Amino acid sequence: MDNLVFDTAHLLAGGLVLMSFVLLYQDRLYALLNIFALHAAILTLAVAWQAWFQHEPHLFVTAAIALGFKAIAIPLALRRIVARLGIHREVETVIGIGSTMLAGMALVALSMVVMLRVTAGAAPIAREDLAFALAVVLLGLLMMVTRRNAVSQIVGFMSMENGLVLAATGAKGMPLVVEISVAFSILIAFIVIGVFLFRIRERFDTVDIRALDRFRGERR
Amino acid sequence: MAVIQPLIGQAAQMLLVLGLAPLLTGIVRKTKARLLRRRGASVIQPYRDLARLLRKDAVLAENASWLYRTAPYLIFAATWVAAALVPTFATGLMFSWSADLIAIIAFLGTARFFLALAGMDVGTSFGGIGASREALIGSLAEPAMMMIVFTVALIAGSTQLSTVAAFMASPAVGLRVSLGLALVALVIVALAENARIPVDNPATHLELTMVHEAMVLEYSGRHLAVIELAASLKLLLYVSLIACLFAPWGFAPAGGGLAADALGILAYLAKLAAGGALLGLFETSIAKMRVFRVPEFLGAALMLGLLAALLRFVSRSL
Repeated sequence: MDNLVFDTAHLLAGGLVLMSFVLLYQDRLYALLNIFALHAAILTLAVAWQAWFQHEPHLFVTAAIALGFKAIAIPLALRRIVARLGIHREVETVIGIGSTMLAGMALVALSMVVMLRVTAGAAPIAREDLAFALAVVLLGLLMMVTRRNAVSQIVGFMSMENGLVLAATGAKGMPLVVEISVAFSILIAFIVIGVFLFRIRERFDTVDIRALDRFRGERR
Repeated sequence: MAVIQPLIGQAAQMLLVLGLAPLLTGIVRKTKARLLRRRGASVIQPYRDLARLLRKDAVLAENASWLYRTAPYLIFAATWVAAALVPTFATGLMFSWSADLIAIIAFLGTARFFLALAGMDVGTSFGGIGASREALIGSLAEPAMMMIVFTVALIAGSTQLSTVAAFMASPAVGLRVSLGLALVALVIVALAENARIPVDNPATHLELTMVHEAMVLEYSGRHLAVIELAASLKLLLYVSLIACLFAPWGFAPAGGGLAADALGILAYLAKLAAGGALLGLFETSIAKMRVFRVPEFLGAALMLGLLAALLRFVSRSL
């Protein structure tokens, strides 16, 4: 029974890391958004599993928030934004997919080495969850760094936040107030970013953030 | 008697893989034809093709060297030995101790090396293109394969296939994300190694896309028959390998008697038929990739293998 609990948690958290890699691999915006929804759905399952075996009912609320906001509402809204901006073609990456993948691998290895050292005394299941969560956060950051398109940067940001939620649930849960406020701040951030997207687009006729360099006075 | 029985078992396995390899190719072709609503050739058509090729004369180019003539037999021998090492219907055969995953990869690498050399030997441009593409695919597929082997070996504690299959069939395996990733990576590598559809189209002679066909374009007669048989054997090897690692049920135990062996052969036939049908289904549902996208496709396999090995370190042993 104990093995099953651990194996399932490991499977779901590992699936989340894998989905982060799939996000890095995509070069179409709609596919990116679908995978992001899947990312959030796996997060929901992972959190619900933690809630079930930790006997922490409030984690089910976290899972429901992840499902409602991140797996359904935000991808749908992003889809509408992409359709309205008319940018459903290629995602521009700064470096090639191959080297991004290798960098991602290095980050996963790094997060495992760091987390397994730091959390030497903790329960195995928490250690494993924290290592995977750090990997997801770092991969989200990598995604924000390697993409030029503002929409895929938003997806990177959101997947990073998914990693944070995984870390928080692994560490014996966080208070419900914190969880809800984080969820709403994410939603607010999303709205702000959405408004920004349209402002950027209005001003520069593109959502390629290289345009902002010129505005800042660099790259003359 | 104690020596003869395992020897007979091993000989039976060698003949079994040789006899079944064209059948598997036939099953894949038949499945594809039926899915495209064609009637398709009979599943024993590959046997007829081989017999026809064996009857015909071999035509050699004027500037072909000895390598060109010997390479088909070398390729065939290396592939046959590798295919005979993978446990098919029984574990604990005579040479099971040498059925090491790394040895099998080395055999296949040798076969690939000679195939690429033979492709370049006559000096036609197609042979050169095919050989260079084969080298590109091989140099990406082999590291991915090694990562898969490492993952499986780390989990099972051995690279010997009989031991691995016994471990995979026991309940000690549990639910492991690493194995799932390794399975996907192995399927990708198998598709690339056997020149199946997203990487290469085995049924075309369109020069822009072909890899395997370009290398063997100059061959005819018995040489071509041997090469085609080696290609079928390689496909059978990968299907058996996937079945042995990820569906390790129905093996006849060592010294189990004839009834157990017969049951093992039946289970193996069922696995082959299922593998062939799934391959046909997959090939009809996907389009061929551009050659320059193949590195990305195989890079995904390498990435999955690497991830599988990494995730293995954060598992129950903590």
